[in-house]
Amino acid sequence: MERKTVFKGRLLPYLLVAPQLLITIVFFFWPAGQAVWFAFLRQDAFGIRTSFVGLENFQDLFADPLYLETLRNTLVFAAGVSCIALGTALLLAVMADRQIRGAGLYRTLLVWPYAIAPAIAAVLWIFLFHPQIGMLGRALNGAGIPFDYKLNGNQAMLVVILAAAWKQVSYNFIFFLAGLQSIPKSVLEAAAIDGARPAYRFWTVTFPLLSPTTFFLLVVNLVYAFFETFGVIDALTKGGPGRATETLIYRAYIDGRVNLDLGMSSAQSVVLMLVVILLTAVQFRFIERRVHY
Amino acid sequence: MSTTDARAARTAAPGREGGTDWLAHAVLLLGTVLFALPLWIVLMGSSHDAATIGRGEVPLLPGPHAAENYAAAWSRGTTGVPVARMLWNSTVMALCVAVGKIAISILSAYAVVFFRFPGRNLVFWSIFITLMLPVEVRIFPTFKVVSDLGLVNTYAGLIVPIIASATATLLFRQFFLTIPDEFVEAAKMDGAGPLRFFRDVVLPLSRTNMAALFVILFVYGWNQYLWPLLVATSEDVETVVIGMVKMIGSESNTDWSLVMTTCVLALLPPVAVVLLMQRWFVKGLTETEK
Repeated sequence: MERKTVFKGRLLPYLLVAPQLLITIVFFFWPAGQAVWFAFLRQDAFGIRTSFVGLENFQDLFADPLYLETLRNTLVFAAGVSCIALGTALLLAVMADRQIRGAGLYRTLLVWPYAIAPAIAAVLWIFLFHPQIGMLGRALNGAGIPFDYKLNGNQAMLVVILAAAWKQVSYNFIFFLAGLQSIPKSVLEAAAIDGARPAYRFWTVTFPLLSPTTFFLLVVNLVYAFFETFGVIDALTKGGPGRATETLIYRAYIDGRVNLDLGMSSAQSVVLMLVVILLTAVQFRFIERRVHY
Repeated sequence: MSTTDARAARTAAPGREGGTDWLAHAVLLLGTVLFALPLWIVLMGSSHDAATIGRGEVPLLPGPHAAENYAAAWSRGTTGVPVARMLWNSTVMALCVAVGKIAISILSAYAVVFFRFPGRNLVFWSIFITLMLPVEVRIFPTFKVVSDLGLVNTYAGLIVPIIASATATLLFRQFFLTIPDEFVEAAKMDGAGPLRFFRDVVLPLSRTNMAALFVILFVYGWNQYLWPLLVATSEDVETVVIGMVKMIGSESNTDWSLVMTTCVLALLPPVAVVLLMQRWFVKGLTETEK
């Protein structure tokens, strides 16, 4: 889309875009380019000599069983977070969309967790699931079910998934509710007059009409689970016990920060970049196709 | 069908599923409680002493130690950095990210929409493409650039790299495209130049969008974790989210009641901003990201 009437100016438009363009070049293009370049380099053990090694970093990465395990963890984690956060939010949004008393108040009470940082969500969940000081953790242990997310890998994964999903429900709720409210009610009325039961109406009319929102949110949730949940994992489990909750972004951090392996860390960054680009590309294609439904 | 019709149909049939209202209330109440319970636990916990929390009593009612906990956290913390200092750093970061991003975005969107200049498309696409890569993905190379510039442990190093993203620019561009051509023609006829038009017409019209973006970006800036963890290691610039997680550090001698107190202090400002500006924020969020 373009405007018909515009202003004349030679220098002014460049001055106006200069601040953002400068920041984008220095803090986006330059580092992103370096990440790609470093991924093909390798430093010796003392960090003195750097040599070009082609795709070796990538070959090493995918030959590393620990990296593949991290990949598997990430997929389990991302799938868990997305399913729980989307399912819960959709249920709440459908209920909040009804004409009931106090709907506005419910909405407010369901929206505020959007403001919670992932790391803070994790700390809140420590006080639920910690085996000694957490409400549920103590209750479970008291009932004879051994529960300690710092020792049991599966329990650790469950807790980080729940904490990460908990924080994301509000975001999804806001979008689902906006999506539901934009569905013309006459369509639903027509289905109701035809005698379709509420549940049937939901799955045959509402849910398909909501699919663009759902798909958009699915991509956003996957990106969230892949990258923004770093704080959840760092605050709750630090990737442990063992490597049970180590995701791709956490491993990239450990390799870059703790192991100081810039080549391997960059190779991992490049893999992550490809994941995001793929997700975004799929999203744009899908939305383009869906515009005229 | 227009939205007005949809609204009319919606209000014309109130309680058409009246029989299932109790189900909606039950589900929504359950959801509300699930969200509120963890917050309630830290809120109540922050008013008890460390020994009570350490014994695992999980108090659900207020205790007598609120004042001393908040005073202790505020003025000294447990890791040598007073929480007041961390809160100040987080406030500076969140405000600068929000204001800075809005400022550079509204200017570049204005140039891209209201001018024709060589390289305009290139400028637009190079800004647009930043949407593709969240800061977490390019974290170490960005850190290297910041450290080469000598900006480690400074507010500038903490804030400016976070500002490099396109969401706000896209929202403003979208909105500017809806400003009628007649406005521009009228301004030209009156002899108003582009800067005058920007100040007298575009800025006032953009107020709602700026408010919405402010909420989203304030929360975004306040809640940053991985970037400050790398770049703000000195206590002078430590943010409250990082500081709070550091307090947990070694679990054996963690002062849990002060962790709870700090947790409350850390989540209060962004929650307050979202609740106070809820109306704009919900509208802005659903419009920015779609």
